[in-house]
Amino acid sequence: MLSALLVMAGIAIVLGAVLGFSAIKFRVEGNPLVDKIDAILPQTQCGQCGYPGCRPYAEAIASGEADINRCPPGGEEGIHKLADLLGVEFKPFGGGTVLKPKSVAFIDENLCIGCTLCFQACPVDAIAGAAKQMHTIIASECTGCELCVAPCPVDCISMVPITEKIANWKWKYPVYTLAQAK
Amino acid sequence: MRTLYQFHGGIHPPGNKEQSTQSGIARAPLPSRLVIPFRQHAGEAAKPIVRVGDRVLKGQLIGMPVGFISSAVHASTSGTITAIGAQPIAHPSGLPDLCATLIPDGREEWIPHAAPSTSLRTGFDYRNSDPAELRRQLRMSGVVGLGGAVFPSDIKLRPGNRKIDTLILNGAECEPYITCDDMLMRERAAEIVQGAEMLRFMLEAGEVLIGIEDNKPQAIAAMRQAVADNGFSFEVVAVPTIYPGGSAKQLIRVLTGLEVPSGKLPTDIGVQCFNVATAYSAYRALAHGEPVLSRIVTITGNVRRAQNFEVLLGTPVRDLVALGEALPDTDRYLMGGPMMGLPLPLQHGGAEPSGAGGAAGQLLPQAAGFASNVSQLPPTDIPLVKASNCIIAASGRLFPPAPPALPCIRCMRCAEACPADLQPMDLFWFSQSKEFDKAQQFSLFDCIECGACSYVCPSHIPLVQYFQFAKSEIRAREHDQQAADHARERHEFREYRFEREKQEKAEKLAAREQAAKQAQPAASANPADAMQQKIQAAIARAREQAAASQPKNTDHLTAQQQAEIAEIEARRAHIHELAKSADEAPDNHSEGRSQ
Repeated sequence: MLSALLVMAGIAIVLGAVLGFSAIKFRVEGNPLVDKIDAILPQTQCGQCGYPGCRPYAEAIASGEADINRCPPGGEEGIHKLADLLGVEFKPFGGGTVLKPKSVAFIDENLCIGCTLCFQACPVDAIAGAAKQMHTIIASECTGCELCVAPCPVDCISMVPITEKIANWKWKYPVYTLAQAK
Repeated sequence: MRTLYQFHGGIHPPGNKEQSTQSGIARAPLPSRLVIPFRQHAGEAAKPIVRVGDRVLKGQLIGMPVGFISSAVHASTSGTITAIGAQPIAHPSGLPDLCATLIPDGREEWIPHAAPSTSLRTGFDYRNSDPAELRRQLRMSGVVGLGGAVFPSDIKLRPGNRKIDTLILNGAECEPYITCDDMLMRERAAEIVQGAEMLRFMLEAGEVLIGIEDNKPQAIAAMRQAVADNGFSFEVVAVPTIYPGGSAKQLIRVLTGLEVPSGKLPTDIGVQCFNVATAYSAYRALAHGEPVLSRIVTITGNVRRAQNFEVLLGTPVRDLVALGEALPDTDRYLMGGPMMGLPLPLQHGGAEPSGAGGAAGQLLPQAAGFASNVSQLPPTDIPLVKASNCIIAASGRLFPPAPPALPCIRCMRCAEACPADLQPMDLFWFSQSKEFDKAQQFSLFDCIECGACSYVCPSHIPLVQYFQFAKSEIRAREHDQQAADHARERHEFREYRFEREKQEKAEKLAAREQAAKQAQPAASANPADAMQQKIQAAIARAREQAAASQPKNTDHLTAQQQAEIAEIEARRAHIHELAKSADEAPDNHSEGRSQ
C-alpha cells in the first residue's frame, strides 16, 4: 500500500517537474494564433475593420472581440480562410460593406502643395517627398488602403483601379455548356 | 543502336503534316507594315530605345533587354518607326501590348558591320571566345527558344551547379500540322549542327543527342548527313512518333531514361534541351552577327497552298494567310498547333474569343464557342512573333465543334494518357472547386498543358483550361501573399521607426537635463554664490568679446593718418567737454523742452 502511494507520488513529482521545466523552456512568446490570423489578412493596414492595422484586428479576432467579416480588402475568400482557421461558420459581409476593385493611390503632382500630411498617414511608407516639395506615390509599395486620401487638404490624391495588363492577366474560370439530359 | 525509353501515356492524333511539306521553305515578300512587339520572349518586356519618326536599319536594336530574364528586340527590316504603342498581339487574354510599328522602305539596308546574310563574320572564332561574351551576344541578338516557350537562351546556357552531360537538340515536332522544324532540318541542317556545336561548347556538354520523330525520315537523313559532313560525334536518334514526345521532359525521358524530378529543371539531372530552330538562330547570331529577325512559319489547314515561309518578325498574320490562300469557309485562325495553339482574335468583333475562353486546342473540347455562321472573315492584323511556329486556318469542317461537355465519370482515360503521370480527373475536381492547395499537392505544376487528357476525355471536358485557370490563380495568390508579407514588413518597420524616434527623443531630453545638472553641481548648495559665478562668467565673456572686436587696422599707419586720428580724438574730447557742460545746466534744457 505504502509503496504504491510512493510510486504514484514519485511519478507525479517527476512529471510535474518535466511539465514545469518545459513550460519555461518552450515558452511561446505572444499568441501564435494571432500570427496565423495576421498571415491571412491582406496587410493593407487600412483600418476599415475599425482597428488600427491588420495586427490589432488579428489580436481582436484571436481574443474573440471582433468578427471575422470586417475586412473588405481580404474579400469573401479571406473570410472563408479565417473561418477555416478558427473553425467557425462563414459569415458574409455586413450590408454596408462595399467591395472595391484593387487600386493604387495617385497624386496629381500639379496640385500637390507639399504639406506632408499624406505620407504621415501612409502605413507602409509608400509616399516619397519632403515638406514643400512635391510628393509622389511609390506604386509598387502602395497597398491601396486610401488612408492618404482624406488628409490631403487640396484633394490631389485619387485611387486608380489596377487595370488588367498582360503582365498581371489571369486565366478565367472555364465556362462551358453541359449537354442537356434527354 | 541506342536503347530508347518510354514515357507514360501519350496519344496518337492524326499528323496532317504532309500537306505543308510538299514544297520547300519560301521567303515571304516584304510586308507593307510590320508590328514588332517588345514582349516576344518569356520574362521582362524589352524597353524601346527608338522614337517615333526614327529611321532604322535592318537588324538595328529597337528594344533593350531589361532585367535578368529578358531579350533584345530588333527592327526586322529597314524603314521608319511610325508608332510605338499598345497594339493587339497573340496572347490568350486578347489584351494589347507595347509594339513598334515599322513601315519598311523596301531597301533591306543592314546595320553597319553586320554581315550580309551570306558571308561569315571575319576573324570571329567562338572557340577562342569567353562563353560569357557569347551569352551576351545571344542576349543582344534576341535568341530565345523557338520551340514555343521563347525562354531566353543565354540563361539556359549559364553554368549551373551541376555539369551538363548531355545536350539534347529537340527536332521531335510532335504536334500535328506543324512542319517548320522539319523543313528547317531538311534544308538548313548544316547550320543547325554547327549551332548545336556552339551550344555544346558553351555548356561544355559531353554528348549531343538530336531527337527527331520517325515520321520525318528526310529530316533525319539530312541531319545525319550534316553531322557526318562536319565530323561531329553527335547522334541523330529517331524517336517514336507519339504526342507529346517533343516536350522537353518527355524527350529527355525517351532519349536518356532520366526523369526530371518534380519542381526541378533538366539541368539538375545534367541535361539541357534546345529546339533545332534555336540552334539555327544561335548559329546565325554568333557566326554571322545576325540577330533573330525572321523565323519559319507553317501556314496550313483550310488553305489552298499549305507551305512553310520564312517571314520577318512583325509580319501580320493576314499577309501569311494571303500567301497560303485560305479557303472561303475558314472561320478562324490558330497560332500554333491544334493541341496547344491559340485561337487568334478576329477583327470584326463577332467571333472574338473572350478572355474567358480563348484557350488552347482545336482538337480539344472548347470552353468558348466560336460563331460558326460567319463566312469570309477579314484576316487578322496580329503580328507573327518568335513564338509563332504555325498558323492554321480552321473551319468547322476541319475542326468540328466539340459536343457539349458531360459530367466526369472517372473513367481514368485521362490518367492513362497523361505524359506527366498525373491524375487529371483529380486535378480537374480540385481546380473546379478551387481547392488549390490540394491541386498543388497533386503536382498540378508538373502539368505541361499538352491537352492529351482533354483529347481522350469521353465527356469532352475542357480539362486543360481548368489547369491553366488553377495555375494562374495559384501564381496570382503567391504574388499577393508576397505583396502582403512585404507590406507587413514595411508597416512593422514604420511602427518600429516611430517607437525608435520617440525613444531617441526621450533619451536626448534626459541627456540634456543630466548635462545641465552636472554643469552646476554647486547651484543647489548656495544659490547666491551660483548667481555671483554666473555674473562673473558673463563679465569674462563680455571682455573676451570686446577684446575680439578691437579694431585690427591701427598698425602700420602713416604719419598723416596718425595726425588725422589725433585730430579726431581731440574733437571727440571737445564734444565730451561740451556735453558735460550741458549736463551741468540741465534745468535750462528741461524748461525749454517742457514749454
